Amino acid sequence: MSLTETTYWIVGASFLLYILIAIRSRAGTTQEFYVAGKGIHPVANGMATAADWMSAASFISMAGLIGLSYNGYGGSVFLMGWTGGYVILAMLIAPYLRKYGKFTVPEFIGDRYYSDTARVVAVICLIICSVTYVIGQMKGIGVAFSRFLETDYETGLFSGMVIVFFYAVLGGMKGITYTQIAQFCVLIFAYTVPAIFISLQLTGQPIPQLGLGSTLADGSYLLEKLDRTLLDLGFQEYTTSVRGSTLNMAAFTASLMIGTAGLPHVIIRFFTVPTVRAARTSAGWALVFIAILYTTAPAVAAMARLNIIQTLEPQPGKHLAIEERPTWFKNWEQTGLLGIEDKNADGRIQYSADPEQNELVTLDNDILVLANPEIANLPNWVIALVAAGGLAAALSTAAGLLLAISSAISHDLLKRTLMPDISERQELMASRLAMAAAVLGAGYLGLNPPGFAAGTVALAFGLAAASLFPALFLGIFSKRVSREGAIVGMLAGIGVTLAYVFQHKGLMFIPGTSFLGDLPPNWFFGIEPNAFGVVGAAVNFAVTLTVTRLTPSPPESVQQLVDDIRVPAVSREG
Amino acid sequence: MEQPDTSAVREIYWRENRRWMLILGVIWFTVSLGCGVLWVEPLNQIQIGGFKLGFWFAQQGAIYTFIVLIFVYAGVMARLEKRLGLEETEV
Repeated sequence: MSLTETTYWIVGASFLLYILIAIRSRAGTTQEFYVAGKGIHPVANGMATAADWMSAASFISMAGLIGLSYNGYGGSVFLMGWTGGYVILAMLIAPYLRKYGKFTVPEFIGDRYYSDTARVVAVICLIICSVTYVIGQMKGIGVAFSRFLETDYETGLFSGMVIVFFYAVLGGMKGITYTQIAQFCVLIFAYTVPAIFISLQLTGQPIPQLGLGSTLADGSYLLEKLDRTLLDLGFQEYTTSVRGSTLNMAAFTASLMIGTAGLPHVIIRFFTVPTVRAARTSAGWALVFIAILYTTAPAVAAMARLNIIQTLEPQPGKHLAIEERPTWFKNWEQTGLLGIEDKNADGRIQYSADPEQNELVTLDNDILVLANPEIANLPNWVIALVAAGGLAAALSTAAGLLLAISSAISHDLLKRTLMPDISERQELMASRLAMAAAVLGAGYLGLNPPGFAAGTVALAFGLAAASLFPALFLGIFSKRVSREGAIVGMLAGIGVTLAYVFQHKGLMFIPGTSFLGDLPPNWFFGIEPNAFGVVGAAVNFAVTLTVTRLTPSPPESVQQLVDDIRVPAVSREG
Repeated sequence: MEQPDTSAVREIYWRENRRWMLILGVIWFTVSLGCGVLWVEPLNQIQIGGFKLGFWFAQQGAIYTFIVLIFVYAGVMARLEKRLGLEETEV
């Protein structure tokens, strides 16, 4: 069987599985549609959260970001940022919102800040964060299809939309939860199998996390060898090259951590477990399942980078002849992810940090994960599995985001604000329609990606950190914060973050409209736009607390609500 | 020993909760932004196996510690709730 045929079979089988699950888990009530009936086991929810969380970016791009763009150590911001947020989530957010016990994040903000305006502002912040995020997933689906199944981008995107449409509209959170569990199994298997093989081949150690610290066949440590090789080629050392400055690294990490704890599609996953206790352990399980991929990724990054360098220069000074380059190399050239140009016309490929001499002119980040199985000479079914895994990662995250968007529209805007009198049946119908509209809208944006689609995932975190997290945190930990404070604070936080990004990246990311230029010297204390969320969050906190001082305290009922959500037991007073 | 659910008991619960958050939060900060970013250079002078220690914290150690922190927090809170009689009744 050819590689494409195998891929069709494996991807097709995984899609069939998702559809079967969808048929078995239709939602009959709004409670099932929004929060899966609150009956999900904490370990199962942990798995679903892991799939919800790990997007196409985590699966396909992250190892390459670490290994290539951020040259090793600099990429640690993603590893620490995208996992450390779960500690904040487990301690500061999830248990209390679970105790609150309703359906959505804006709903909590609306009730805690006793204001429809606060609820609507939260809906707007939620939609800005989630839409920037979902575009990346839709693109991921289209790209994965076109690369592995040789369809065109539009067909691929359309197939993905049909699948998501099917289980998200039919089953809501219930359908999404069970498909996410299946998707987690597919994606984690697809990620770890090639990693184990590549680790075995390079270091003889089957566990990639240990292989990263092991010795190679020649007796030198893998990381030492990589450091030395990169220095020889004119790059910085792999294990010590800092991204920007120490301050920028710290700000970037903190932004991703805080953003993680403020992203609604993750928070609502913790509404699906039966108890507050289960919400806490579920966060722990989610991180266990996420960590399987996140501790493997740095090993894949270092090993695949070394493999590529050694392919191009098998022995010191002896470069690979263009004629003799392996088949996988030629295949990936056709997709535009690899590109060579024989600048000195010696018929060989020289890889170098110096752009004048470098002949490997295109080396896309995604190549590290996508070409990994071929570089390691693994059988076709493993390569096909990587395709199914990438699709599972993109589909599961897209579905979670779409649910967050559609429930904000049908529940917070419609039921809680505009038309409070609709019946439950009508609301369930409205939530299905909102979901259908969200899928179509996301598909449209995937087909006509606005200029800012590239690199927006990290930005979504900055926006969530600057807008929703402070409002949630202060809503739980302070009884004094007033509605005026929270509303102005959210607007200030998201406003200042968007303004900073726009002034460096262009208004709505249109090139040429940035008024300060995307130049590091103009960065605020050397903090890059993607890392600015932590500053936006600080602005939000400062504004909220200042305005609160100038405005009246919340009413007694709100202070009781706060008392009530802080303790798991149902209050026996009052 | 179970105590009656009064506002005084809820007060104790919240104080203990904040104390644990502070303790675990300090460890959280130390292993990630501390060992992984701020003090990474001195730690990199220490080599364990094939890893520079600072690099290991940033790409492996911090993540393992995070997992332990969440389960420790879940454990101590469950015990505290039992001791104070503040467990929720399953719906």
